Amino acid sequence: MQKYAFTKRFSTIVSGVLAPLAISQAILITPVLQAKDLTVGLSASITSMDPHYHNLTPNNGLLRHIFDSLIRQDFAQNLVPGLAKSWRAIDATTWEFKLRRDVRFHDGSPFTAADVAFSLKRAPSVPNSPSSFAPYVKAITEILTPDPYTVILKTASPYPLMPNDVATVLIVPAKLGEKVTTEDFNSGRAAIGTGPYKFAEYTPNQRVVLKTNFGYWSGEEPWEKVTFKILPSAPTRVAALLSGDVDFIEGVPTADLSGLSRNPKVSLSSRISNRVIYLTLDSNRQTGSPFVFDKLGKPLAKNPLTDSRVRRALSIAIDRTAIVSRVMEGSAIAAGQLLPDGGFGTSKNLRAEKQDLNMARKLLTEAGYPDGFALTLHGPAGRYINDDKIAQVVVQMWKRIGVDTKVETMPSAILFTRGSKLEFSAILVGWGSETGEASSPLRALIATFDKDKGMGTSNRGRYSNSEVDRLINAALATVEDSKRAALLAQATEIAMRDTAIVPLHFEVSNWATQRGLKYTGRSDQYTFAMDVRTVK
Amino acid sequence: MLAYTLRRLTQSVFVLFVMAVLVFLGVYAIGNPIELLVNPQADEIEKMRATVALGLDKPLYEQFMVFLKGAINGDLGRSFVFGVPALGLILSKMVATIELALCAMIIAVSIGIPLGLIAGLKPDGIVARTIMAGSIVGFSLPTFWVGLVLIMFFSVYLGWLPSNGRGETVSLLGVQVSFLTWDGLTHLFMPALNLALFKLSLLIRLTRAQTREALLQDYVKFARAKGLSQSRVIGVHVLKNIMIPIVTVIGLEFGSVIAFAIVTESIFAWPGTGKLLIDSINQLDRPVIVAYLMVIVALFIFINFAVDIIYSYLDPRVRLGQSAGAGH
Amino acid sequence: MTTINKEISPARQIWEEFAASKLAVIGMILLLTIILIAIFAPIISPQNPYDQSQLDVMNNKLAPGEKSLSNQTYILGTDDQGRDMLSAIFYGIRTSLAVGVASTIVAAAIGLSFGLIAAYFGGWVDTLIMRIVDIQLSFPAILLALILLAVFGQGVDKVIIALITVQWAYYARTVRASALVEMQKEYVEAAKVLALSKTRTLFKHLLPNCLPPLIVVATVQVAHAIALEATLSFLGLGLPITEPSLGLLISNGFTYLMSGKYWISFYPGLALLITIMSINLVADQLRDVLNPRLKK
Repeated sequence: MQKYAFTKRFSTIVSGVLAPLAISQAILITPVLQAKDLTVGLSASITSMDPHYHNLTPNNGLLRHIFDSLIRQDFAQNLVPGLAKSWRAIDATTWEFKLRRDVRFHDGSPFTAADVAFSLKRAPSVPNSPSSFAPYVKAITEILTPDPYTVILKTASPYPLMPNDVATVLIVPAKLGEKVTTEDFNSGRAAIGTGPYKFAEYTPNQRVVLKTNFGYWSGEEPWEKVTFKILPSAPTRVAALLSGDVDFIEGVPTADLSGLSRNPKVSLSSRISNRVIYLTLDSNRQTGSPFVFDKLGKPLAKNPLTDSRVRRALSIAIDRTAIVSRVMEGSAIAAGQLLPDGGFGTSKNLRAEKQDLNMARKLLTEAGYPDGFALTLHGPAGRYINDDKIAQVVVQMWKRIGVDTKVETMPSAILFTRGSKLEFSAILVGWGSETGEASSPLRALIATFDKDKGMGTSNRGRYSNSEVDRLINAALATVEDSKRAALLAQATEIAMRDTAIVPLHFEVSNWATQRGLKYTGRSDQYTFAMDVRTVK
Repeated sequence: MLAYTLRRLTQSVFVLFVMAVLVFLGVYAIGNPIELLVNPQADEIEKMRATVALGLDKPLYEQFMVFLKGAINGDLGRSFVFGVPALGLILSKMVATIELALCAMIIAVSIGIPLGLIAGLKPDGIVARTIMAGSIVGFSLPTFWVGLVLIMFFSVYLGWLPSNGRGETVSLLGVQVSFLTWDGLTHLFMPALNLALFKLSLLIRLTRAQTREALLQDYVKFARAKGLSQSRVIGVHVLKNIMIPIVTVIGLEFGSVIAFAIVTESIFAWPGTGKLLIDSINQLDRPVIVAYLMVIVALFIFINFAVDIIYSYLDPRVRLGQSAGAGH
Repeated sequence: MTTINKEISPARQIWEEFAASKLAVIGMILLLTIILIAIFAPIISPQNPYDQSQLDVMNNKLAPGEKSLSNQTYILGTDDQGRDMLSAIFYGIRTSLAVGVASTIVAAAIGLSFGLIAAYFGGWVDTLIMRIVDIQLSFPAILLALILLAVFGQGVDKVIIALITVQWAYYARTVRASALVEMQKEYVEAAKVLALSKTRTLFKHLLPNCLPPLIVVATVQVAHAIALEATLSFLGLGLPITEPSLGLLISNGFTYLMSGKYWISFYPGLALLITIMSINLVADQLRDVLNPRLKK
């Protein structure tokens, strides 16, 4: 007891010196809320002002300030009318969209069906695009504009996801012409949309400035000028908020949540996201999985990860509540399937697995590995919230059932390249569902890898189950929503019972504003000035 | 002089060529940019399209030939990520980095050399010991840690300085600089200090060591014996003689300050090339990495050249082109 | 006195001159303690912080002196994985010292050789070496580390290789510069006139006179190497996260700096500071003692 007196006193002194610097005590010096301006701290770079150049979450979020789409997603990713008043499937292969008549572009010209046709044609064909919108329009075989306020899209086969896909394409004016370049958008010359804000300035890697669009069809914005600063370093972003340099930040680090929640000058908001953090196990190679060994480091005769009992043992060895409470500081939801409960195509019968070490050991024994085996878990460093810390905790827990695990983290550039070449046995990754439908993760992560059909594109464990494949394919050809949801839920249940992947948790996105402002968070992790409002 | 310059120029072109080869091989070894650039929701067809669009479908040597052809015409390719010419992107960010690096060097030199001189002249005094102890703190704490503590103290706690970014700029000879405005200076101070800290400590220690050496040289002893005033001995004889290694290090460090501004720029969200480079490395944006290195190497070669000229001025015994002429 | 006639061994003489500075002796004691801690870390640490099965995430982020679930007290608290900070610091010193010292010695040796060769032989040898140095110095350390990491994988040895590759060129250029100045001095000219062998001139005359600036740079570089390793770790390119060095501990704790959980990065930072300070106190005095020209 007495032994620690010195250390204790010393810690008191140290914390006395450093504590005033801690965020919970920090005083906000300059409440710079000049009523009409808003400064936002973003966590990632915006690579272009061309809405069809780079299909990247930060770009898509920011450009929705300048441009509109026919269909929007609300904060929970439900489809709601945008530039299209209504839409319906006329028959299995024909979709009809009725457009609003009262919309004008920033330059005053009216919005018509010709602009939609132009945008849908431009979206897949921007030169030098590192990631185009082609996948969202490839189902369209024909675009018809019978009158200026009707658009008809034809497909070759039944395509239920048309509204979701159309929701991703932002509308630019047809009069820009086919020759318009990405640079024209970056300079602002072509950055003409119908959205709530107008382009003012774009400096790559530094800032984007927008001005309000007076007379916006969906209601004027209260902010005359919005400045987005690119602040990728998380502590920098928090410091910028606390020092009053910005009014609003996204991506609040979990480490600072409790401190900020105690700070009376800051208000926090959060929303569960559609991003699931999960483990992929090399489950289809009978032999030669590169990072599975026996405990002495020698190759095993058979790859244990092909046995669904082993995969389930690894899954139930993990204490998800500990990850959520201790690593994520409560800012995550333990996951038992591919989308949070209530999402389109989720199952009502699936719950996050509870930790059960005895059961896990029993399953390993049944599978013929009573003493466990050795494994290396690979993961990214800094791509998902606390990714490297989560990986280490998983290793702690696996060691308790005798699975000797090492963890290796690396920049995502290396991880994804090597992962796609199947150079790993166990990977920690995440998947954010853009459409908010279970079809997105099922198709990309669970379906059998098939290059030509575009199935299993991110299935790096090469899990394969013909029953699941059949259900996914059936769902993808079913236009009727309730039937499709049931098929997707059924596919999810089978895949989860077979431990196709090991879901850990769903990320919760956090935003923080100066007091006096409030933000309504979104499940797609977009940060919208449109959702920041003052509170009286 | 002309022959010397020409020779250096040819060597420089060779250096640039080798660098380009190394980057091409290096990025190729790290991974495939497409894996990161293409939206994960995309299918194989889209991946193929992007690979072709960025010219990554060709064999590596062919990609290199395409690059060489462009480079001869001053075109270093387009950024994979931003889709704009890489060279233009780098140059637009270069001013901010050079401004930051210059300010850091000015802080380091204007504080480091006098303190080092004081410490070297009276090495056993209490002042000297304090300076030396302080200099250890300067280089033993990681830059990112010091940077954040500076922000927390000056911006968050005291609220005196802005926490991030670059301030208002004005045009100076057609270049947008920020050190001429008050707003710009307040933004510049913390990152420049943060970046200077390590170089400052290095300079203090180097100057001290060189001063102590110089004081023992015969000509200094002789000058003192002649009864020259202390200030003249230090100002003329000591200072001039300690300058050579110090100029070398300044030349060396300026290049490294620019190259290593990455961390400071990240912490302070300073819109320079360092921040762009680390993003580009993480995204494997090869054209930007290559363009960055080409610009940095060119700058570096220029600095080395300048350092050599300063040598010959400081010490007439060192002739220009010494390196090539020595040994016979 | 009889002692005057007594032969004093050179080692003893160096020690006596060294001990003339009390600060240097304190530095020496500190450094020896640190080295002992590094060597005996596995024995004196309450916990093996590199063994994941000894860690429990339920005990993470405990403040110094706070009691864990199993009623255990952690003197310096625990980190985000539930690692005992005291043990982590002991092990971290071990890793950091190994990385810093090993990479500096090798890099300095390589740099010294190339610098001397370049200065002494001149001509195309000099040109070739200096251009390689130019390439090396302008190649960002981080890019290089990333490439090495991609090609060879993660590990202490890889980080050391990366640091050597990054640093040798500094020494080469510094040594060449001071050697060029020495070359102009009478003794080298004299050696040439006397037709002494090249190796002899190099090692007997040029080398000792180029050492002082090299030692200054090298002592700073040990610290720099440790800090650079910390920076690489900060950028996610350094050591394996399960085997943290002091630098990696600091960069892990960096995340918690603003939330008031200072101990996760403060104590490793303090340990790093003391380590580097003691290295420098000892090295400064050693340099003075060993420098032939500073003898009065």
